[in-house]
Amino acid sequence: MSFKSFTDYLAWLYYQYLLITGIYVLEPWEKSIFNSILFSAIAMVIYTSYVFVPIHVRLALEFFSGIFGGQPESTMALMN
Amino acid sequence: MTESPATKPANGDVCQRVKNGLKPERNGLLKSLHRCHERQYKHQCHPEEEEVHAASHHDSLYSRPFVESFEETPMLVAVLTYMGYGILTIFGYLRDFLRHWKIERCHIAREKEEQKDFVPLYQDFENFYTRNLYMRIRDNWNRPICSVPGAKVDLMERASHDYNWTFEYTGRVVRDVINLGSYNYLGFAENFGPCADSAAEVTMKYGVGVASTRQEIGNLDRHEDMEKLVAKFLGVESAMAFGMGFATNSMNIPALTGKGCLILSDELNHASLVLGARLSGSTIRVFKHNNMQSLEKLLREAIVHGQPRTHRPWKKILIVVEGIYSMEGSIVRLPEVIALKKRYRAYLYLDEAHSIGALGPRGRGVVDYFGLDPRDVDVMMGTFTKSFGAAGGYIAGKRELIEYLRSHSHSAVYATSMSPPVVEQIITSMKCIMGEDGTTIGCDRVRQLAENTVYFRKRLREMGFIIYGNEDSPVVPMMLYMPAKIGAFGREMLKRDIGVVVVGFPATPIIESRARFCISAAHTKEMLDRALSVISEVGDLLQLKYSRHRIQPSMARPFDDNMYEDIDD
Ligand SMILES: Cc1ncc(COP(=O)(O)O)c(C=O)c1O
Repeated sequence: MSFKSFTDYLAWLYYQYLLITGIYVLEPWEKSIFNSILFSAIAMVIYTSYVFVPIHVRLALEFFSGIFGGQPESTMALMN
Repeated sequence: MTESPATKPANGDVCQRVKNGLKPERNGLLKSLHRCHERQYKHQCHPEEEEVHAASHHDSLYSRPFVESFEETPMLVAVLTYMGYGILTIFGYLRDFLRHWKIERCHIAREKEEQKDFVPLYQDFENFYTRNLYMRIRDNWNRPICSVPGAKVDLMERASHDYNWTFEYTGRVVRDVINLGSYNYLGFAENFGPCADSAAEVTMKYGVGVASTRQEIGNLDRHEDMEKLVAKFLGVESAMAFGMGFATNSMNIPALTGKGCLILSDELNHASLVLGARLSGSTIRVFKHNNMQSLEKLLREAIVHGQPRTHRPWKKILIVVEGIYSMEGSIVRLPEVIALKKRYRAYLYLDEAHSIGALGPRGRGVVDYFGLDPRDVDVMMGTFTKSFGAAGGYIAGKRELIEYLRSHSHSAVYATSMSPPVVEQIITSMKCIMGEDGTTIGCDRVRQLAENTVYFRKRLREMGFIIYGNEDSPVVPMMLYMPAKIGAFGREMLKRDIGVVVVGFPATPIIESRARFCISAAHTKEMLDRALSVISEVGDLLQLKYSRHRIQPSMARPFDDNMYEDIDD
């Protein structure tokens, strides 16, 4: 597909989204319910990952370095 | 079961599989079939024949390549389709909930207040589907037309202000919509020309009907002429016509079989055949679509075990198949069916509703297409509704069969006889196909249809759509899969002045929604090109080009891999 402008492209993407989810056939108010539920779910996922993922990553790193990285670290400490 | 002429070949190898089945040397009758093919071979008038390289299933039985493809559904598409239905179902429940608590008005039939505690009438899945899915895209169906449904058709424009619950005519007419939806295979749906003229003339002479049955005073000379002509057209001894194709099936099968008989029916048979089989009271067993291994297995079981409990042999075994399956676009593997029927002494009922006129070098249907002998088919049934542009159905076969049906069939005894103008339309169009009118119009149309079909299918496949069915079948199903795309495709095509038929759930499996194009001899090359370019455009817009076999001169069908797997003899 060739598009005249970026907005055209976005409109096309939205159209594909409508078709694939099937909400193309719904009435406008149902569409907005679906969209708001979907987007709030996505927003929540993003927000949660923003809040919690760094903490979990840090904890995981600490945990694994505790298991695998214990030895070299102590040698490092020794050298210092 | 061990080796037998028709058992499966060595495992795995597709080429091997392609060659499976009946070996001609073992069986005299197959040789005769084969010879019959060679005789016909010269008549094949498909110029594009060379393009098809695919191997047919055992060449001994087929004179021309028998290529049928049913590309498997891409996994992602299947998942997304189910997801789409899931979402729509959730919204359906939401709407039903609102209707139940009277938050929203219910526009569709429901139980009365005082019947609330009775057995529910509108709760099964089909009702749910109609209410919550079909209604939303209902504007794609039942569109009123206001011209003859030829190659182009005029539609009455309608609009809905309440999301398809009611429609309102705007008074405008959408003119010259290219009609890819009518079963007008040979283009005899015309309001001018010899057929229309002679029908008009007969109307003046005979009137429009005599309102009586054939057995009473409804029998006109034109009816008898027509029956003789049909018998001659099909190359059988005798034929009989009925006023309605559906009733031909559903009323004559019960006359042919009864208790203690077995009907082996293809799983995709038309509703009329299913109804007929059920009404007959016979035992019905269903074989997989066009799958000869499955049919043979059922035949053997039927012969080995006989009737349930008593184990008496079945009185009759009737195999019921169609010529062209109107939803799949596939052509019955008639040579194999006939070979099986002969080997196991079963009877064959062939419904040629779509294939008569539309297939075969002389337009005589599947029997002609495969170059077989019509006498090998015990009951030939067909309709005049499609290729002949008329209405009604016929049964043809041996003289005894037809005489028996004349006195025993319900539709012969109770139904009013056909209307003379309709009869005349059939006679004129049939004579035209036979060339008895002194022109080559009929022959040209048959050839034109074959050309159009091959061209249209080839182009669609090149564009990357998933097309089902046989190369030579004028019914071309194109897969849409997702529920929203059914509605979107129909609307977008109509916006661009092409009328198409889209088919969804009750008629197809739930995920295999499709658009079905019916090619006609009346379509000119320009019309087809115009339609194809629009289909391509809409296909890009809706992302319908699912096919992953970009160029597939010979494609192994999933048929060979999956469908036989669970047959374990
Ligand atoms: C296979 C088959 N048999 C019978 C019929 C019924 O024919 P008619 O429409 O003439 O009643 C049809 C019609 O669609 C059909 O497809």
